Amino acid sequence: MRGVRHYPGFGAAAAACLVLLYAPLIVVTAYSFNASTSITAWGGFSWRWYVDVFTGPEAGRFGLAARNSLIIASVAATLATLIATAAAVAMIRGGAFRGRTVTYALINLPLLVPEMVIAVASLIFFTLIGLPPGLLTILIAHVTFCIPFAYLPIAARLSGIEPGFEAAARDLYASRWQAFRLVLLPLLGPGIVSGFLLAFIISLDDFIITNFVKGAGMETLPTAIYGSVKQGIKPNIMAISTLMLLTSIAFVTLSYAVNRIGQKTR
Amino acid sequence: MKRLVALAALIATPAFAEGELKLYNWFEYIPQELLDKFEAETGIDVTMDTYDSNEALLAALKAGKLGQYDLAVPGDYMVRIMADEGLLDTIAEGELANRGNIDPQWLDVPFDPGRRHSIPYQWGSTAFAVNRDVYQGDISTLGIIFDPPEELRGRINVLDSQGEVLTLGSIYLGIPQCTQDRAQLKALSDMLMAAKAHWASFGSDIAKDVLVSGDAAAGMIYNGFAAKARAEGANVEYAFPREGYVVWMDNVVLLKDAPNRANALKFMDFLLEPENAAAVTNYAAYAPGVLGTEPFLDPAITEAPENNPPEGQKGFFIEACDEATQRLYDAIWTNLKK
Amino acid sequence: MAGAGQPGAAGGAGPASGSGAEAVGYRRLVVPLLVPAWAVVGLFMVLPVALMVVYSFLTREFRGGVTWEFTLAAYDQFFVNRGLFGDEPPRLEWTYITIFWRSIWQAALATLLCLAIGFPTAWFIATRPRASRGVWLFLITIPYWVNLLIRTVSLRFILRDNGPLNEALLALGVISKPLGIINTDLAVQLGLFYSYLPFMVLPIYAAVERYDHRLSEAAADLHAGRWTILREIVIPAIRPGIVAGCILVFVPCLGAFLAPDLLGGARNFMIGSLIDEQFRGSQGNWPFGAACAVILMTMVLAVLIAQARAALRGAGR
Repeated sequence: MRGVRHYPGFGAAAAACLVLLYAPLIVVTAYSFNASTSITAWGGFSWRWYVDVFTGPEAGRFGLAARNSLIIASVAATLATLIATAAAVAMIRGGAFRGRTVTYALINLPLLVPEMVIAVASLIFFTLIGLPPGLLTILIAHVTFCIPFAYLPIAARLSGIEPGFEAAARDLYASRWQAFRLVLLPLLGPGIVSGFLLAFIISLDDFIITNFVKGAGMETLPTAIYGSVKQGIKPNIMAISTLMLLTSIAFVTLSYAVNRIGQKTR
Repeated sequence: MKRLVALAALIATPAFAEGELKLYNWFEYIPQELLDKFEAETGIDVTMDTYDSNEALLAALKAGKLGQYDLAVPGDYMVRIMADEGLLDTIAEGELANRGNIDPQWLDVPFDPGRRHSIPYQWGSTAFAVNRDVYQGDISTLGIIFDPPEELRGRINVLDSQGEVLTLGSIYLGIPQCTQDRAQLKALSDMLMAAKAHWASFGSDIAKDVLVSGDAAAGMIYNGFAAKARAEGANVEYAFPREGYVVWMDNVVLLKDAPNRANALKFMDFLLEPENAAAVTNYAAYAPGVLGTEPFLDPAITEAPENNPPEGQKGFFIEACDEATQRLYDAIWTNLKK
Repeated sequence: MAGAGQPGAAGGAGPASGSGAEAVGYRRLVVPLLVPAWAVVGLFMVLPVALMVVYSFLTREFRGGVTWEFTLAAYDQFFVNRGLFGDEPPRLEWTYITIFWRSIWQAALATLLCLAIGFPTAWFIATRPRASRGVWLFLITIPYWVNLLIRTVSLRFILRDNGPLNEALLALGVISKPLGIINTDLAVQLGLFYSYLPFMVLPIYAAVERYDHRLSEAAADLHAGRWTILREIVIPAIRPGIVAGCILVFVPCLGAFLAPDLLGGARNFMIGSLIDEQFRGSQGNWPFGAACAVILMTMVLAVLIAQARAALRGAGR
């Protein structure tokens, strides 16, 4: 009986929700192809701002920022994924142990503490221990807040894998390491990949914390964009935004697809 | 794992060129081409961070950023404050080859007698600009900002800069700077609080854009920034109010504990070359403090109305107050911003 | 679980699961496996937050910087007003409380708006056929992963007086002069709502998906109306999902910085901008900024603890 599941207007709300979420993104994408220098008047379709992104006067600054962003996101996501994988194995396969609830809370802490508080705390911490702000401080902060994002899909995946597979391998005289590497890791793979990808996007996305702990001349894409936007939303920003938007979509799609494949092979 | 360690090592070590230079400058104040030129001439890698008010620069340096930068570009009164706070290094006799290029009128300045810590960068004025499509009336008074006409109410941007806002407010009320008279300070505070009700936004870096984009119809602004807004198509007029306006000179200072002191001096010499000083002026639309720039200057800049105040107008430098007085002004500003 | 790692969709990854440990023998490896996570989060998150609390009790130097002398000055500045020059009898300082209050009601309003549109959306998606559910969820998830700064900037671009929205409405003759939304509380509200809407949909969706629709059918058999069923049966049943969604929207809204900074103006200070001003702006008052952050964190903790206690009470019923 479909009747009780159907509520009038709910479909319209869902449609409105999609329109609201996508309209601004579509507008920005559309205006990134605006031939006019003026940001508001439409001057016909053009690729000129995309050319400008790579060859224009600000190409060097944004290129460097993009490089920094990619380095930070790769390293932070890799480290966060390693830490999260180890933690997930202990949490899901380690049985009951003292401090389990506390550990769970600890891992998820970066999700619960407001970003502004993390930013302030990190800045004070780095200043007190005398670590000069720069790549290293950004990296440390990013690894920390990426951990829960990497942890969630890995743990979700792991809790869906029967311990029986590894037990069978152990019964056949596989060492613990062999059972992990040859049995559990391949099964866990999709979760790890999707955790890595999400951590990567989260690192790429961060503005507030990076802006607090970055050092002299050290920009990531979001901080460079913010600095530029303050002095006016220029068409090249629209083009950069569209490129970042496409990157994010590509990564989420990838993460989603990996997870889907994983579910089928399970 | 090995690759990871290698990568970590790679990013932990700074890029090696002929050395580095860390510059802490105002936003939109130096053309990228000039930095590129310096890099090409010397092989020194320049990295730059920006700030948007003298007070923000001071706060950042005092909160632990000292030692990370070689050079900064504070305004006149802030040079004096920074020197008093012990944030500046001294340039020894003979360390700057191009010192002789400094315009004599900017050589022995009260904020840095004998130019021991600084060289001139650019000088200009701070008042306000009005969109003439929105308001056609008389704009020769600071009342436009502090007691705005109906058309401009709620459409005014004000610089996020304590020195400039409080000094322009004092000029408007006709009270001296660095006063300790409680009644005058109270009047200043009350006037600003009442005016704030008509302001849409506080921001220095956005000051030009809000005029160009139409988000604001009037705004407190620097003369060169107003000229750039006009050049970008905004129908704005920069005002020289009859009560007076702020005049300033920004200066390149050598910071204490500069990590690359020798390179910093090279950059100072570079900026004292007339051609390079002119390049900054042509970009930022203010006036240089160096002799011999005329052949390189863009006439559109030197002849701009923003750079040519009418005869008989009064410009005031912002004064550096003593600590007890400054605390009173800080209180007014904090109260205004919150 | 479709759409990996959405906030609040951790499902079976919670502390409740974890069986068969003996069989695979990770029991003795628990400590070494957890040390990296403990170390990183402990050293770079718990310790810094603790230091931040300490910092809020330090003395601010004239013009920035701190000295290691303990004082309540930062909290005094927050709560006590001694007049412009500090020589009047102390009274309650309303300024910062007002800023916090504005943040609270903006966050609460954004939460309500997100709930109003997020709940029907989540319900609608969860009642689609299985195949199209994934597509819907995917579409809702994508904007969440798009850079928040970019989303806020695009909203600023659209809402400004000569932006596409006003231009379109003017061209259509709906309005005769720009709406003047930018730099108002309304613009901030739209920004918050827009930024965190996906956070509301996902956990409610997860709850509705688990909801047993036979409960509704049974109620319908007893002649309960559609909306009565929703109010009396459905909402109590999926309440944990609704609460989770509300918290996921409310908490980040409370400390939001980009929306008030890029969409609000001089009169729309929120907690995030107040704190930012102390560290990156001209105030240079780190202890006061730290104190504001401590107060913000305390508020968030209070919300989370209240929710945890309510959840425990609910489980005990």
